[in-house]
Amino acid sequence: MSYKDITFSKEELARYNRHIIIPDFGLEAQQKLKAAKVLVIGSGGLGSPLLLYLAAAGVGTLGIVDFDVVDDSNLQRQVLFGVDEVGKPKVEAAKQRLQSLNPHIQINVYNTQLTSKNALELIKQYDVVADGTDNFPTRYLVNDASVIAGKPNVYASIFQFEGQVSVFNYTDNNGNTGPNYRDLYPTPPPPGLVPNCAEGGVLGVLPGIIGSLQANEVIKVITGVGEPLSGRFFVFDALTFETRTLKIKKQENTPLIERLIDYEQFCGVKAVERKIKEISVEEFIGWQESSEDVQVIDVREPAEYAEANIGGLLIPLATVSDKANEIERNKKVVVHCKMGGRSAKAIRELEEKFGFENLYNLKGGITAYLQQVQQTST
Amino acid sequence: MATVIIPTPLRKFTNQNSRVQVSGSSVQEAIGDLTLNFPDLKKNLLDENGKLRSFVNVFVGEEDIRNLQNEQTQLQPDSTISIIPAIAGGSH
Repeated sequence: MSYKDITFSKEELARYNRHIIIPDFGLEAQQKLKAAKVLVIGSGGLGSPLLLYLAAAGVGTLGIVDFDVVDDSNLQRQVLFGVDEVGKPKVEAAKQRLQSLNPHIQINVYNTQLTSKNALELIKQYDVVADGTDNFPTRYLVNDASVIAGKPNVYASIFQFEGQVSVFNYTDNNGNTGPNYRDLYPTPPPPGLVPNCAEGGVLGVLPGIIGSLQANEVIKVITGVGEPLSGRFFVFDALTFETRTLKIKKQENTPLIERLIDYEQFCGVKAVERKIKEISVEEFIGWQESSEDVQVIDVREPAEYAEANIGGLLIPLATVSDKANEIERNKKVVVHCKMGGRSAKAIRELEEKFGFENLYNLKGGITAYLQQVQQTST
Repeated sequence: MATVIIPTPLRKFTNQNSRVQVSGSSVQEAIGDLTLNFPDLKKNLLDENGKLRSFVNVFVGEEDIRNLQNEQTQLQPDSTISIIPAIAGGSH
């Protein structure tokens, strides 16, 4: 169906009035929006403003890919969600919110991780891809799948105080296709050199700014209004308020993208960190009181151990691999540090290298434990 | 002296300076001067052979140096060099 055949109800015309009365936008652009199908990958920091504005603008079909559930730590920036949604799958919570914002649009949700197996099948069903993911493997996957499927990829990325926006793989009216992510960055950084937001943090309002710019580009790509940010790369520094729009081009030596690969192997990192098992201080004390046979491992440094400890076996983080044979395999093992960060790292290392399946991270570490014990004893 | 704009993720290696004045008549010399003054930047910008890493792009003004003369791109005293590293955040 051509966008010219798209019609609007009286309610829709009233809703989109402020679009329709813009001389350079008009009913035609609104028809194009309603006819369009946009696949948004990631419904977190960038996905929140992006989805809210695309739904409000009247994009006819929105697809949302995310496998995550809403967490307390998301609410600092993921304005799609509220306290009531904590614990719910993000795509479900997003759909509910967006449908209440605009009941006239179709929302398809995919509560799954985008992978080399499902990416092409999904992307083929849409006109435009908007990438708001949070890791390099998925960034390269989205790029390559968009190139293979011949779809424009509206890209945005954030880190701490830095934001980037571009439109990749965009074919203009003359049939010329602009650069894609690989023309800009042929290969990813080695693992560990560039942290993700979960490790490096992000200013909460930044995805609001950058995700809104991304929504603007999606709307321009769909409607043909203005000049999409193809062949250009926008950079925003929230600290200095400096913005730059840099020129980018297709590079002759960028290898042809013909099929999807193993992107975790390509990037040397996992797209999704496997969740480790956790135990709260209350649960742990419950185990101790019921005389459950538990081994406790303390991965802090000897000086910290000397200051205060809960009788665990001291194996500092840097030595866990060397001393893996001292860790029990046939009963529950609680691993702790001061706050829970180092012990999580130790558990990942032990699970990955030695296949442990019986390790539990003490939430809040010895700090939370001592607080709890002090509270109950006073 | 040309000016290098340091991206926020790398400012921890430049004492939080967002702009650094560098001497040198080419990008290579400018980056050399920059990493001489801030040695911790080196492994983030250059590989073992001293070449710019593939996930770091350098622009002089608005132009990608790969579309100019790469590291041999000549600089003017008022040139602005942007270092643009790959970042991947967005969802979590």
